[in-house]
Amino acid sequence: MKDTALSYGGRHLHAPDPGAPALALEGVVAGHSGASPILQDVSFALPVGKRFALVGPNGSGKSTLLKTVAGLLPVRGGNIRVFGLRVGACHHRTSYVPQRQSINWDFPVDVRRFTLAGRFVHTGWLRRPAAECQRVVDEVLASLGLTEIARRPIGELSGGQQQRLLLARAAAQESDLLLLDEPLNAVDAASRVLVGALLDRLQRAGKSMIVSTHDVGTHDFPFDEVLSIEDGTVVGGTR
Amino acid sequence: MNWLFEPWSHGFMRDALAAGLAAGVACGVLGVFVVFRRMAFVGEAMSHTTLPGLVIAQAKGFSLMAGALASNLVTALGIAMLSSQTSRRRGIRDDAAIGVVFTGMFALGVVLTARIGSWRDLSHLLLGNLLSVAQGDLVLMVCAALAVLVIIGSLFKEMELASYDSTYADLIGIRSQRLHALLLVLIALAVVSGVQVVGVVLTSALLVTPAATAALLTRRMVPMLWLSVAAATTAVVGGLLLSYHASLPSGATIVLMAVLLFIAAWVGRRTQLG
Repeated sequence: MKDTALSYGGRHLHAPDPGAPALALEGVVAGHSGASPILQDVSFALPVGKRFALVGPNGSGKSTLLKTVAGLLPVRGGNIRVFGLRVGACHHRTSYVPQRQSINWDFPVDVRRFTLAGRFVHTGWLRRPAAECQRVVDEVLASLGLTEIARRPIGELSGGQQQRLLLARAAAQESDLLLLDEPLNAVDAASRVLVGALLDRLQRAGKSMIVSTHDVGTHDFPFDEVLSIEDGTVVGGTR
Repeated sequence: MNWLFEPWSHGFMRDALAAGLAAGVACGVLGVFVVFRRMAFVGEAMSHTTLPGLVIAQAKGFSLMAGALASNLVTALGIAMLSSQTSRRRGIRDDAAIGVVFTGMFALGVVLTARIGSWRDLSHLLLGNLLSVAQGDLVLMVCAALAVLVIIGSLFKEMELASYDSTYADLIGIRSQRLHALLLVLIALAVVSGVQVVGVVLTSALLVTPAATAALLTRRMVPMLWLSVAAATTAVVGGLLLSYHASLPSGATIVLMAVLLFIAAWVGRRTQLG
């Protein structure tokens, strides 16, 4: 986007700090404002092009960690750097795939339009997505087997299709860091294969990602490292 | 065809038509957001909370539209503040916040009526008086409809995204809470126009029924907006004609026409689905 005045939040595409990891957390304390912190003293680094799993039970802080890195929750202590930049310095580089429950699936929007929203961060205020955006959306929909249902309202999708759609929007954003919150939760076998293939392709293209999950054994694809989180603290990592 | 054109030979009917169409366009567009963001209760509350402003404006000879608008803007900002994420975490639910503001403002309106107005004035305000819209109010209603069209047209993709996924909107730097506040202000504008047409009690029908009708006919946002506006303006024109020829109250007739359109769409949908 050339005109930064129309970019969301008045922010534009910053160049990453050369040599910086995709993500670096140092002693991070985080949680909702006005409530006790959920994350306590979390530190780790995600190198560029790597795929980490974040494993822990419900309520352990997985979603809080991802939302904090995404800039959706305040950092109340410590430091987070995304490609060497502060959180939120560049909206384009980070995408977050939420759990399905956070979407209003009854809203009258179709699969294609939903995916196109992944390009809005490149378009900004008062402008319509350009032809290039439509091409990116077409490619992403094809890669996730959603082309046939591109005109279907999102409320008519199965759980697996909804999950693929959330990933499609994140892929359409063409971010460099993907934060995926339980992307294979209650997903059918066909969707798992398609999601796994897309994540492999994104990683080969140099994208970095963190995938939160209850159980790393449910994932067919490999991780470069598995981080365990308990009671808001990362307690260990295994390769 | 004389029955169709003769009513518009009267100036008061032409003014009523212009006012009704302005309110119909504003309510038709915003109604889709109200229905699918599950804000029907907000529309109901907004219409009732115009009462204190209307009563004061009526008693003091100010523009009714300006009085209602002032009352509603206070309400919109109050609801936006009380239903913020911070308030939610402190235990104030959205519907509770709206309920407190809505009933409090309506009660204030009734008390003000007893002190400075008359019960005859109150019935006009509650049920609408479209056939005596002042020129100044008509201009304000047209401006309100234009403001709704320009703002929704300019921010459509952001409003749409924030309506189904406020988290993603926040992630990419669109501040969804601010858009929510802006939407409340626009709803306030539409409701203030609607109050002039169908009155305080029936305004939420003008906001919700055409949008619900459109939702029966399509599942796509842009066609739904057009259909909602078409249903609202058809109800206004049909309701005005019927009220003129049958000597019926215009506001209630417009609302009944909107409900008839809804029933027709519902029956059509049922027939189509077999």
